[in-house]
Amino acid sequence: MTDVTRPGRPAAGSLLYNRTARAIVYQVVLIATVIAVGWWLVDNTLTNLRQQDIATGFGFLTNRQAGFAISESVIPYNETDTYLRAFIVGLLNTIKVALLGIVLATLLGTVIGIARLSPNWLLRKLSTAYIETIRNIPVLLQLIFWYTILTETLPRPQQALQAFDSVFLSNRGLFLPAPVDALGWWLALLGLLLSIPAVIWFRRVARAHQDRTGEAWPTGLISVGIVVGLGVLGWLAGGAPAAFTSPELQGFNFRGGARVSPEFLALLIGLTLYTAAFIAEIVRSGILAVSHGQTEAAMALGFGRGLTLRLIILPQALRVIVPPMTSQYLNLTKNSSLAIAIGYPDLVSTMNTSLNQTGQAIECIAIAMSVYLAVSLGISLFMNWYNARIALRER
Amino acid sequence: MASQGNQQQLPSGILWLRENLFPNWWNALLTVVVVWLLVELVWRLADWVILDAVWGAVDPEGLVPYDEQWRLLLSAAVVVGLVIVTMVRLARGSALAAVWAVGAVFIAVIMWDMVASIETNASPEACRAPEAGACWAVIGDKYRFILFGRYPFDEQWRPLLAMVIFIGLIVFSCLKLAWKPWLALVWAGGLVVCAGLMYGGFWGMRFVNTELWGGLPLTLILSVVSCVLAFPLAIALALGRRSDMPIVRAICVGFIELIRGVPLITVLFMASVMLPLFLPSGVTIDKVLRALVGITLFAAAYLAEVVRGGLQAMPRGQYEAADALGLTYWQKMATVILPQALRSVIPPLVNSFISTFKDTSLVVIISLTDLLLAAKVSTADPLWRPYFVEIYVFVAVIYFIFCFSMSRYSQWLERDLARGQRRDARQKVAVMARSGPEGGGA
Repeated sequence: MTDVTRPGRPAAGSLLYNRTARAIVYQVVLIATVIAVGWWLVDNTLTNLRQQDIATGFGFLTNRQAGFAISESVIPYNETDTYLRAFIVGLLNTIKVALLGIVLATLLGTVIGIARLSPNWLLRKLSTAYIETIRNIPVLLQLIFWYTILTETLPRPQQALQAFDSVFLSNRGLFLPAPVDALGWWLALLGLLLSIPAVIWFRRVARAHQDRTGEAWPTGLISVGIVVGLGVLGWLAGGAPAAFTSPELQGFNFRGGARVSPEFLALLIGLTLYTAAFIAEIVRSGILAVSHGQTEAAMALGFGRGLTLRLIILPQALRVIVPPMTSQYLNLTKNSSLAIAIGYPDLVSTMNTSLNQTGQAIECIAIAMSVYLAVSLGISLFMNWYNARIALRER
Repeated sequence: MASQGNQQQLPSGILWLRENLFPNWWNALLTVVVVWLLVELVWRLADWVILDAVWGAVDPEGLVPYDEQWRLLLSAAVVVGLVIVTMVRLARGSALAAVWAVGAVFIAVIMWDMVASIETNASPEACRAPEAGACWAVIGDKYRFILFGRYPFDEQWRPLLAMVIFIGLIVFSCLKLAWKPWLALVWAGGLVVCAGLMYGGFWGMRFVNTELWGGLPLTLILSVVSCVLAFPLAIALALGRRSDMPIVRAICVGFIELIRGVPLITVLFMASVMLPLFLPSGVTIDKVLRALVGITLFAAAYLAEVVRGGLQAMPRGQYEAADALGLTYWQKMATVILPQALRSVIPPLVNSFISTFKDTSLVVIISLTDLLLAAKVSTADPLWRPYFVEIYVFVAVIYFIFCFSMSRYSQWLERDLARGQRRDARQKVAVMARSGPEGGGA
């Protein structure tokens, strides 16, 4: 304790003992170091690139043909399209599996989380066993396992497992009947999309009405009615198309209908099961965080079990649930990049192919990283907004 | 709901059943359905895993011969006994761990002859029988490759020893008496010994390049070493993020958020593809080291957030008290804040370590032969092609044992540390009650 600033020491005048001055010096040194290291790295990289004759810049995105096939795509794509389009196809595939995975994992996770709190001992122990098993095995191992199961143990298309004569499961994937492309389906989709703002608007009106008169409209039923009604209306406006194509066995594979590839299926199953285990724990702790007195108070006021859950427990539990749930959604999105191990053409997988073809590693990895970063930041911004909206308004 | 008087007459066992399995009609129905499914499932699993399984060439059929089956039965009985001891809470804490350890050793001794004979002449013929269950013979044939990868066969005692040292270090670090500054020295010594064992090149041990490292030792090296290296980096980042200096803070926040926003795969790609470009030409850096750099940077960002949580949870009074004593920033951090903050975040730190342990499996994608890739390569053998489930189950069990025991430890530790916290909270309440609501400030 000898170097503690002693009273009487002439601290003023000596820049060495001025906190602000020292802070500035530290930061200048840090910045200089960062810049120096960065400059050294960039210089090395440029030298190496020149020596290995690798082109730089993002020109290849728009003026070179990708030249590789992508096994599944949301938008039309062929080998003569540009690298940019290939990346977009990969990104859309990532978004497709992430969105579906988030929805399914949330549903499954919520069910398992509630089962962990069930009065039934067996159910409780079973869901605990599920969570502990799934959480303690690497997700990549699970993905590879499901993929191998789907491709190795399922029968060939000729002996496919089938249901209702139109759904087939084989080692080439899952084949489903699909509606024939027609205006009516698109209008129905448009109707469903339009129903979202319509329902929000209706809820607001119903709320205002209840605040004014005390009369509660059956908002739940009417909301469902609006969604279904607008969808059906769009379908009818488009001439009510009813044609479906069913998959049919031709030669060694199925033709017609919609195909869900084993890669996609394995990725979806693996990510859903894995993330659901984490979501279950979040849901459970969220429900436990609502004190028992809240439930008892609701019961004392004459609320039923359903109403108590919906109006008392869930809104309070959501405040605890939303932040960790956000990070699970982000984890699922990031884990979907493991698709590369089982050959699903997601963003990282297309990036890897492009990287191998062009040799432009820095550009390709930078694109993939910035896309994930943008998605991550986007989702967390949205979730922060949502979180702020449902947060407790304290006086 | 039964009336109060009725319940008191029932014996406790029946009461428990009624409350936990048959509280109302739909739960009773659920219980019946679940029990039925479980019996069905357990029966089939037992059939597949043990009864019909092919254990290797103990006899030409590959099935466990009649006069060897007592080993299986006795082992199963021991496991059931252990589970019962755990469930009725005859033993707790370290006593329970000791009971399990003794049980495990006992089973190992009983099963040793049988398992050893699996290895000798395993053949896939017996597994092809139509009624055959799990083909454990494939593990007998492949386990050396799965566990040690392409490490030279007759030198595999070295990675085995390194692995034992690693696990010993981890277990030792779990003991509270080891939570002292000299633990860092123990780790440094252990890591040097392990590196010596793995590389070799002296005392008659053949030099083995990292190209040939693989299996479980590689998984352990990647996870343990990257966590050990990431830890100081994480502390620096966490302190930087809470610093008063805006530029320091910006750099730390930028690094942490950048890494946390992208998947580990892209970081690994960066490490494996871009790192060679970053270095002066002529300097090569081997693949294991590159992966290590990637995982370390990734783990550091996550660990930094855990450490930051600990720093934020420290009461302001601790900072103020250290300032009042005239301690410099580093004295304050090293002697007052960090020892307490780090201690309080050990459970989440263990969870981060579990995540890193699982995440190391991603090196499969940059083709390092870790435990998972060794397993995957093993499944590609045409001779054993249909028996990939057995191989993946084997590897999954290994991962599970590591992760599950660590997560149990973390949960136990959390309760154990909270015990002290609770008492503190009570004391705080008592102090506050004495000094009145406004008496907080010193």
